[in-house]
Amino acid sequence: MSMFSHPFMVYALLGGTGIAAACGAVGFFLVLRAQVFTGDALSHVAFTGALAALAFGIDLRVGLFAATIAVALLLGALGRRGRADDVVIGNVFAWILGLGVFFLTLYTTNRSGSGNGSATINVLFGSILGLSSSQAQTALWIGVGVVAALVFIARPLLFATLDEAVAAARGVPVRVLGFVFLALVGAATAEATQAVGALLLLGLVAAPAGTALVLTDRPFRGLGLAVALAVGEMWAGLTLAYFVPRMPPSFSITAVATAVYAAAMIYRWSARRRAAVRSAATAVAPAHIRVAEPVATADTVSV
Amino acid sequence: MPADSGLSWNLLSDIDQMWKLDSMVNAYRAGTIVAVLAAVVGWFVVLRRQTFVAHTVSLAGFPGAAAAVFLGVSASWGYFGFCIGAAAVIAALARSGKGGMAEESALTGIVQSFTLACGMLFVALYKGFLNGVNSLLFGSFLGVTPGDIAVLAAVAAVVLLAMALIGRPLLFASVDPAVADARGVPSRTLSLLFLVLLGATAAEVSQITGSLLVFALLVMPAATAQRITARPGRSLVLSVVFALAVTWFGLGAAYFSPYPIGFWITTFAFGCYLLANLYGFVVRWRGAGRRHMVEALGVS
Repeated sequence: MSMFSHPFMVYALLGGTGIAAACGAVGFFLVLRAQVFTGDALSHVAFTGALAALAFGIDLRVGLFAATIAVALLLGALGRRGRADDVVIGNVFAWILGLGVFFLTLYTTNRSGSGNGSATINVLFGSILGLSSSQAQTALWIGVGVVAALVFIARPLLFATLDEAVAAARGVPVRVLGFVFLALVGAATAEATQAVGALLLLGLVAAPAGTALVLTDRPFRGLGLAVALAVGEMWAGLTLAYFVPRMPPSFSITAVATAVYAAAMIYRWSARRRAAVRSAATAVAPAHIRVAEPVATADTVSV
Repeated sequence: MPADSGLSWNLLSDIDQMWKLDSMVNAYRAGTIVAVLAAVVGWFVVLRRQTFVAHTVSLAGFPGAAAAVFLGVSASWGYFGFCIGAAAVIAALARSGKGGMAEESALTGIVQSFTLACGMLFVALYKGFLNGVNSLLFGSFLGVTPGDIAVLAAVAAVVLLAMALIGRPLLFASVDPAVADARGVPSRTLSLLFLVLLGATAAEVSQITGSLLVFALLVMPAATAQRITARPGRSLVLSVVFALAVTWFGLGAAYFSPYPIGFWITTFAFGCYLLANLYGFVVRWRGAGRRHMVEALGVS
């Protein structure tokens, strides 16, 4: 029996593709800008937003998007040049997480008596196999929208990321770009929370981007690679979860992403070793040439 | 939480009644130990700007506890094993070079999501453990036994002793790594050792506040203290005072209200942090005002 004959699997693949593409693209810039912690904070904010929506009985997605985008912009406003200090982020999101616990208690005491444990589990760890047809379509469109918007601002954003001062001097609106980017991160986070859950979406954000940066130094190739890896890992994870029913899909997706990252690290490590051995060998042959430091030459290759 | 224990008009008799409960006394003892430890270690976390790593290490407590429940061993083993393990992985893989910032943060994020995914897997494998997840993540202080307190106190004593031994060189290496390196301080070894101690601390605090909120006790009091004063000794003491106050009030509030301890601890701590920021702002504003006055009067 084919995997595609189950509608829930088709919806998961469809929605998952949009979510993975958005997370991969956003994650690439998050890693490049050393803002992964912001993504982490926003994923926890998504938890609070979702539980607040549940506690007040409004649509889950309204709470998710409102909370993540608002806090993303707040974190941008708290720091200089659209970037907040890690300690400030930590304080803000620890409190917001505490608020999430508060809403959780409100929800479990006031609303449904049954199944209260699974609400938290779904928000925290996702339920991609539970996506409906319309939810999957929404996820796909939001994913396409986030990727399109990022591609649109990719060139100036890259400039602003790699050399902020020069970009600002050349008239690139560094601050506005920072805010637009954070809003996009918020949107991607809110959408991804529904699929892989608040706690695990960091894997989709950080792992493909980290892998892409290990494999290539060229920015646009890296961006494409991050998106492709994220989508591929999403598909592989879903397939794995389908064939091993005891394995939750959120786990298999994260596990595949982590394994690919580990493989890339090992690949680079062995490539460096080979390069070091080769340069040592060439240095030994003409004995009068001083042995170059192999580690230093290999290090300069990294971003 | 006892349902009949709303706050009456007589505060003293309420507190007296709370102290009659063994479970509350135990909770206060455990909370005190944990608060002191978290404040001291967290002070260095804030100074070294390692909040992301601290958060990741503390989240590792959740899969640790889930694995322990799944395997049927004591949760303490799971907490300590996973938290220290995550700290060791990050310490081993992350190079301390400044150029590696972007890659290091990606690595930290990947470690975090993978450990959490493992926790998810253990929960899924162990059916019927669903209701325990909330207390693992958000803490429950009512189940603390005297045996737990003995373990907490022993580990806290070891970690604090180690911190006292490496405190001065670690401070030097944190404030000015380049100069510390030049003066022969082994900053790489120190940061590795510090991460392991951080892992042990996170494991301790997890057992009271839950994995998701360790971070609040670790970072917020220290950040508040460092906002108020820049002098190391004084802000370290302040950090401990804040952590203790927040924990004690948090426990009391959680006892007298239907809301969980995690909410109260984070809210009190965030309130302190906001007040400290306000204080810093006012001091700076007054300083600027005085400078303007001096300039305007021409007394330079």
